[in-house]
Amino acid sequence: MTKQHANWSPYDNNGGTCVAIAGSDYCVIAADTRMSTGYSILSRDYSKIHKLADRAVLSSSGFQADVKALQKVLKSRHLIYQHQHNKQMSWLDEEGKGCVFTYDAVGSYERVGYGAQGSGSTLIMPFLDNQLKSPSPLLLPKQDSNTPLSEAEAVDLVKTVFASATERDIYTGDKLEIMILKADGIKTELMDLRKD
Amino acid sequence: MTFTVPIDNGDSVKIAEEESQRTLYPYVTGTSIVAIKYKDGVLMASDMGGSYGSTLRYKNIERVKAIGKHSLLGASGEISDFQEILRYLDELTLNDNMWDDGNSLGPKEIHNYLTRVMYNRRNKFNPLWNTLVLGGVKNGKSYLGMVSMIGVSFEDDHVATGFGNHLARPILRDEWHADLSFEDGVKLLEKCMRVLLYRDRSAINKLQIAKITEEGVTVSQPYSLKTFWEFSSFHNPTAGAEGSCRMLS
Repeated sequence: MTKQHANWSPYDNNGGTCVAIAGSDYCVIAADTRMSTGYSILSRDYSKIHKLADRAVLSSSGFQADVKALQKVLKSRHLIYQHQHNKQMSWLDEEGKGCVFTYDAVGSYERVGYGAQGSGSTLIMPFLDNQLKSPSPLLLPKQDSNTPLSEAEAVDLVKTVFASATERDIYTGDKLEIMILKADGIKTELMDLRKD
Repeated sequence: MTFTVPIDNGDSVKIAEEESQRTLYPYVTGTSIVAIKYKDGVLMASDMGGSYGSTLRYKNIERVKAIGKHSLLGASGEISDFQEILRYLDELTLNDNMWDDGNSLGPKEIHNYLTRVMYNRRNKFNPLWNTLVLGGVKNGKSYLGMVSMIGVSFEDDHVATGFGNHLARPILRDEWHADLSFEDGVKLLEKCMRVLLYRDRSAINKLQIAKITEEGVTVSQPYSLKTFWEFSSFHNPTAGAEGSCRMLS
């Protein structure tokens, strides 16, 4: 008798996009609020941004059941460890400088000045590359990868990239949740995106 | 299932095959659940059918059950797994009652518990083949959420499983609004269930609507929806079809 193979997949892509930008004294992290499965929308109001600690915010796209499990573990242990099938970003470090890390599903991680993950990342990342022109991390002496843009300009940039990604990516849309992290606290803003 | 395998000294050993214990397919399944938040709480509708593949085997299955004082659980998918989940929740609520501290599990807690259960079963590659809908009211706040068989969960003002997600959700997105009255809520749910009746082959015309408010749970008696089959196109559905002799007049 041949071994039966599972006819269900333990993974599902719940879609969505997240973006984070590190500035001189702030960090902006944003994600859309659409949760989908296949070609259906499950929720138009699902937050992908989770607060792990006072100064640590995690945003993930991909398989949300794994994301939730990861968030619970991280929240309870305040440690970073790699988990299957999701990508995460953003941190505000003790120096007061904005600090963004990106992680992928199999454990590769890097501190960057800005990043985009998720279904719309291919649409957003090149534009951010063009606008934010972060120096290469291979350069010596180590150069600051944070953007010199002001907080208002960075937020405006984030709104622009999401509005664009929403046009062409079916999994991105509904609403945009923006979190601005600064030394004195976290501010949240919501913006409408196209619902189609 | 065991195999007999010969070993070196001439004897033979029985080996049990372990793979057969995991869930591979669902057998007896329930179709959609549709639920909405309304003014006083949550309304949940389901039909009473249990299909065995394409056979309509059971016509009296209650797929919406009260959990504790504050929650309603509706399930689509494998009925035996739903019964297993009810057993887990029985144990959970029993232990909760035994504390006798005046506190009781609310819908949010039960939803969280179910999400963990479903996720952990999926991790072991032995899922409970259900999509669950959890609704309830506690301290005046209504709650409505859903968990899938792989542990994906979320909450919203209206949810629907299976075919309901495709057929009922769009109606709800268009016509649901906050603070629906009980009558309007029931009318909206009936509209969704009627569409499902017409278009989902595993739906039957025997449904129950359950209501949960701060006061408690009420599950309606089973009843049927009025349907209309006298459309002219239904009389001769193949007239004018490709390759047929009859023309569409």
